[in-house]
Amino acid sequence: MPVSSFPPNHGPHIHNSTGNTSILQNSSAHLPALMLQVMLALSPATLFSFWAYGWPSFILWLICLTSALLWESLLLKLFGKSVSKHLKDGSALVTAWILALCLPPWAPWWLAIVGTFLAIVIIKQIFGGLGQNVFNPAMAARVMLLIAFPVEMTQWINPAPVLDNMPSALTFQFPDISSSISYIFSSQALPDGATGATFLSDIKMQIEAGTPAHIATAVSSSANQPAYSVLDTGLGLHSGSLGEGSALLLSLGGLFLLWRGIITWQAPVGLLLGIAIPALLLNQASPELYPGADFHLLNGATMLAAWFIVTDPVTCPVTARGRLIFGLGCGLLAYLIRTFGNYPEGIAFAVMLMNSATPVIDRYIQPRIYGRSRRGQALAVNNPAADK
Amino acid sequence: MFRKTVRGGVHPCGHKSLSNDSPIRYFPLSDTLYVSMQQHIGAPASPVVRPGDHVLKGQLIASSQGNISAPVHAPTSGRILALAEHTAPHPSGLPVLVATLEPDGLDEWGALNPPSDPMALSPEEVCIRIGAAGIVGMGGATFPSAVKLNLSLNSQIQTLIINGGECEPYLSCDDRLMRERATLIIQGILLMQHAVQAREVLVGIEDNKPDAISAMQQAAQGSGVQVIPVPSQYPMGSEKQLIQQLTGIEIPAMSRAAASGIIVHNVATAYAAAEALYQGKPLVSRIVTLSGGAVTHPGNWQVPLGTLASHFLNRASGFNEKPARLIMGGPMMGIQLPDLNVPVIKGTSGILALTENEINHTNPGPCVRCGNCVRSCPMGLLPLEMAANIRSGELKKANELGLHDCVACGACSYICPSSIPLTHLFNYAKGELAQQQKARQKMENTKVLAQRRERRLERQAKEKEALMAARRAAAAAKKAAQQQKEEA
Ligand code: SF4
Ligand code: SF4
Repeated sequence: MPVSSFPPNHGPHIHNSTGNTSILQNSSAHLPALMLQVMLALSPATLFSFWAYGWPSFILWLICLTSALLWESLLLKLFGKSVSKHLKDGSALVTAWILALCLPPWAPWWLAIVGTFLAIVIIKQIFGGLGQNVFNPAMAARVMLLIAFPVEMTQWINPAPVLDNMPSALTFQFPDISSSISYIFSSQALPDGATGATFLSDIKMQIEAGTPAHIATAVSSSANQPAYSVLDTGLGLHSGSLGEGSALLLSLGGLFLLWRGIITWQAPVGLLLGIAIPALLLNQASPELYPGADFHLLNGATMLAAWFIVTDPVTCPVTARGRLIFGLGCGLLAYLIRTFGNYPEGIAFAVMLMNSATPVIDRYIQPRIYGRSRRGQALAVNNPAADK
Repeated sequence: MFRKTVRGGVHPCGHKSLSNDSPIRYFPLSDTLYVSMQQHIGAPASPVVRPGDHVLKGQLIASSQGNISAPVHAPTSGRILALAEHTAPHPSGLPVLVATLEPDGLDEWGALNPPSDPMALSPEEVCIRIGAAGIVGMGGATFPSAVKLNLSLNSQIQTLIINGGECEPYLSCDDRLMRERATLIIQGILLMQHAVQAREVLVGIEDNKPDAISAMQQAAQGSGVQVIPVPSQYPMGSEKQLIQQLTGIEIPAMSRAAASGIIVHNVATAYAAAEALYQGKPLVSRIVTLSGGAVTHPGNWQVPLGTLASHFLNRASGFNEKPARLIMGGPMMGIQLPDLNVPVIKGTSGILALTENEINHTNPGPCVRCGNCVRSCPMGLLPLEMAANIRSGELKKANELGLHDCVACGACSYICPSSIPLTHLFNYAKGELAQQQKARQKMENTKVLAQRRERRLERQAKEKEALMAARRAAAAAKKAAQQQKEEA
């Protein structure tokens, strides 16, 4: 009888991606499929932005995605990793997409390229590639750009439908493709009527100038500035970054990811509560100094961050409780920076701060092991039958 | 009271419908049976027959040796051809002693002497008889049942839990057994209850087996046995998780369930116990699920132990495509078979032939810290952290993170979007740590031995010296005496 070797190869032999008949399970089993769905979730808000801000925003988005792929390939090659294998995971595209949504809609081309360089090369690859980076690449790049190019990073455009209702619409038309290209590629000065302030900065300035908050959030401050309204802002009809505008469509994308089990609820809920609770409390205390919770939830990067940034697995804690704490921290810090800091929008800073706290959170917030106390001691043995 | 629920877990597609509609059929005898002496955890059984002997079905061919072991019986009547090493499914992967048996075709039982009323026997006697029938944990763990029952006799048992979870995908042998032979299973359960003097009996069955649940509930009527549906969620059939689900009790780390007054046995084990005590039949066959995308006719068969897997597969079904992987047991915790030249043993719950599509081929990617593994771990561990430590060679650190508590269920590997072989790393690290422990032990032993030897040599040298000194003294005294004499 021949005696062949018998290598014991234990299971599991099957995987979440194999042999499942349900599309729901199959599609989120591997990284590329996961990333694809994140992009799908980003699409409604992004398409809306193309419509609201016109061709320049589309061109800028395209530059971000292409340049990110180029940077990623270059770095992979430099580090001797397989380009085709790693590019396919789709993570560079998602990073570039989110960064694009954070840029001013008509920003110059080089801002996009510098931005993706910072995100992909400096923040992601130098730290060791996918899974190793400490900071969220898109947020870190946004912060660096804001510090290095404060003017270009705060050129906000009024969305087309809003513009139509403004006196300035008479003197300014939305550009066609060819003039869009020239806006993006030759730093041609933008026409006066096209630009406007974001509500976050406009109302912050008004409050600092002495206008009570509840009045500042109710009436228009100038001819080029519409008045804040929950409905328009929630839909996305206000000036701001390329893709942060539509709280509604971003939330729709987020809920889709939640339904697919691609993200968990803890970090988003944490962030929203972290912003809403202090906003509510301070607004109750003195409504003339502090705008309400709705204002903070619908403006700035709140929704984008809640669904697509604090849910970035690489840079947030791994446990459920850790993620809740992480989200709460991001929200609270963002609110504090918005209200008491020098910048009208503080989410990117808040996320970076909490990113650096992630290892600490992960160190202290760990699940309790079955059969052990929180501190790792074995539970006491207790036999109900022996007592009697 | 707020009951602790089972944490984590995954929901793999069951694929149960491939085989759970096919009733148990009897698999015919092969030309040769390969009966392994090692069908259980513990010391191999030692043969009591010689090549050339004629044996009857159910006759003892190897007796248990050592504290943890189980005897082996002839699966049919016939002649012992040889006692030699052969590959047999065993986690060690080493060839084991196998008795080759040529059936005479009569399938003639030896004398069956069931006790007239098994329930009238003393608990100790029931344990002894279960042990003598060669019964082991039939869920796949193959721990000798009598040893488990005996161990728990020392600690008072409150609850006997019968595991009808069958949470592994594809497998349906327990499902069929419960549907078709519930009465005998309940009898076996009552015997086991008697054996450990348990105060209550809970049978946990996953709610994806409604027919089995109703059959068992019907058979259990009036017996005091409670049949309880549990959620279908992998690994519900794992001992610790099933206990938690049914009783809310968490077994403390590093202690046996019996210490907490609980003992868990598989339904098929209870069935085997009933056969042994009511019919006098030792364990010589078992029900095996044959399934997987690559087999033409999935189904459930009662197979004589020692039947070669290749023979079984070819006779019972055949392939409709080349299987990409052959598995003994379930797809989550079963072991991969390099080929089918291995016999069916007591723990063989299933033989699966999976296609390319059914197994995972993706190369491992980097960990993206998605936390899926953390969420799915039923033991509350941090698989990603343990894996990272093992990869960088920090086995001790992995151990501190709870490697010890990992039940190797495979849920984390199953769910990882980067296809990182987490469970494989844990199995490897556990083996490595055990080996290190052994090596340390050995070194310690040698050190002790060396010290003893040194001391012995020292003592001997001293004794020798003392002896010499004594002799010298004696000689000197003699000399002195002589001198004195001469002088005188
Ligand atoms: S499931 Fe895989 S990728 Fe996700 S955290 Fe665990 S090891 Fe990392
Ligand atoms: S194999 Fe171990 S670490 Fe992985 S899920 Fe199961 S118990 Fe947890």
